[in-house]
Amino acid sequence: MSKIHVTTTVNGDPTEFLCEPQETLLDVLRDELQLTGSKEGCASGDCGACSIELDGRLVCSCLVLGAEADGREIETVESIADGEKLHPVQAQILEHGALQCGFCTPGIIVAAKALLDRNPDPTDTEIRYWLAGNLCRCTGYDKIINAVQDAAADLRGEAS
Amino acid sequence: MRYEVADTVESAASLLAGEAGQSYVLAGGTDLLVQLRAGLVQPDLVVDVKRIDELRTISEADGGYTVGAAVAGAELGEHASIGNVWPGVVEGAELIGSTQVQGRASMGGNLCNASPAADSVPALIAAGATCTIVGPNGKREAAVADIPTGPGQNSLEKGEVLVSLHFPARPANSSDAYLRMIPRTEMDIAIVGAAVNLTLDDDGTCTAATVVLGAVAPTAIEVPEAGAALVGTKVDDAALEAVSAAASAAARPISDKRGTAEYRTKVVGVMAKRAAKIAYDRAANKGGK
Repeated sequence: MSKIHVTTTVNGDPTEFLCEPQETLLDVLRDELQLTGSKEGCASGDCGACSIELDGRLVCSCLVLGAEADGREIETVESIADGEKLHPVQAQILEHGALQCGFCTPGIIVAAKALLDRNPDPTDTEIRYWLAGNLCRCTGYDKIINAVQDAAADLRGEAS
Repeated sequence: MRYEVADTVESAASLLAGEAGQSYVLAGGTDLLVQLRAGLVQPDLVVDVKRIDELRTISEADGGYTVGAAVAGAELGEHASIGNVWPGVVEGAELIGSTQVQGRASMGGNLCNASPAADSVPALIAAGATCTIVGPNGKREAAVADIPTGPGQNSLEKGEVLVSLHFPARPANSSDAYLRMIPRTEMDIAIVGAAVNLTLDDDGTCTAATVVLGAVAPTAIEVPEAGAALVGTKVDDAALEAVSAAASAAARPISDKRGTAEYRTKVVGVMAKRAAKIAYDRAANKGGK
């Protein structure tokens, strides 16, 4: 079976790749496009380590076929910093030490940014529900929630 | 495995019907891709239906709604009005999975995947929603309740595609609710679920009620005795106790790692009672009483 030719946009750049029909978008991002920020944790949509935005919608890239990306717009964790300048979500995760092994962190950054794009002033409960599909097995979640709150304050232009 | 994108419902049906081997519809993919990765399904053909307009749109006409079968939960939740008219349907759909899963998972997929614990299905049945299905022999309508036939089994014939779900216009003073029991607060599969759809008269007396239970039988089940226990009442404590008893009596659950049959039987009564109270309160407020 011949490979499928996909034309898409990844982090603002027009991108083409070839993929097998059953290949996931996560595998394409990591193995074909060398965008290894998105991680494979569970491969079943439970852990959120592969979170990306697809046409502006937060999804697990392990639950999307590479072929489905044709004509779509993909944003991965690699697009979130502005060059060397970290996004407030990234900076506050570092500031709070809201990670240990770091495997879940890219997915949490993508998901938390997606939340703050929609809701600039979330409650702790709203953050916890929004991030319920992002599992962290190291830190517990309090530091992550606090980091997202302080990033939200930064984005609102408030001193935290 | 081949991957094809269908532009129209008819071409999707034609592709699916024309495949000699196993063919599957790909909507949100949150069940299919997991099953594919686990080797539980081995498709020869997957047909992506997400580029077909009819499967992706929500429309309103004469007080009724038509929801495309592949509309994602997040899109349903963001719709301006359907959540006011059918809050139970929307809350059921929004309970499916995480934020990420909500970005993809659809009510049509949840229905056709046919899990006994599917969170959107009890409220769809309680709503009296109907399905438009297109297959190689044309178009047909079916009740939502007739789609799942057992765990992982549905009544669609080879080549048939679920296109959309239709919600009828509602009488005044009507509302619905869905509740489920899970041992965590998020990200779990229902141990039991209960949906209630009801209509009140201007005095707050219930004139019609449908009670549907999830995860206590091979498919979601309507419990006519529980609905009947609400009709003619103001959904007072006695009526709620009767709903609870009827729901528990109708349950025929299995025991598994998520709950024993005895526990499910008891708790489904509690969920049915609470859902009835929520639906009543919603219907009463909406009537401006």
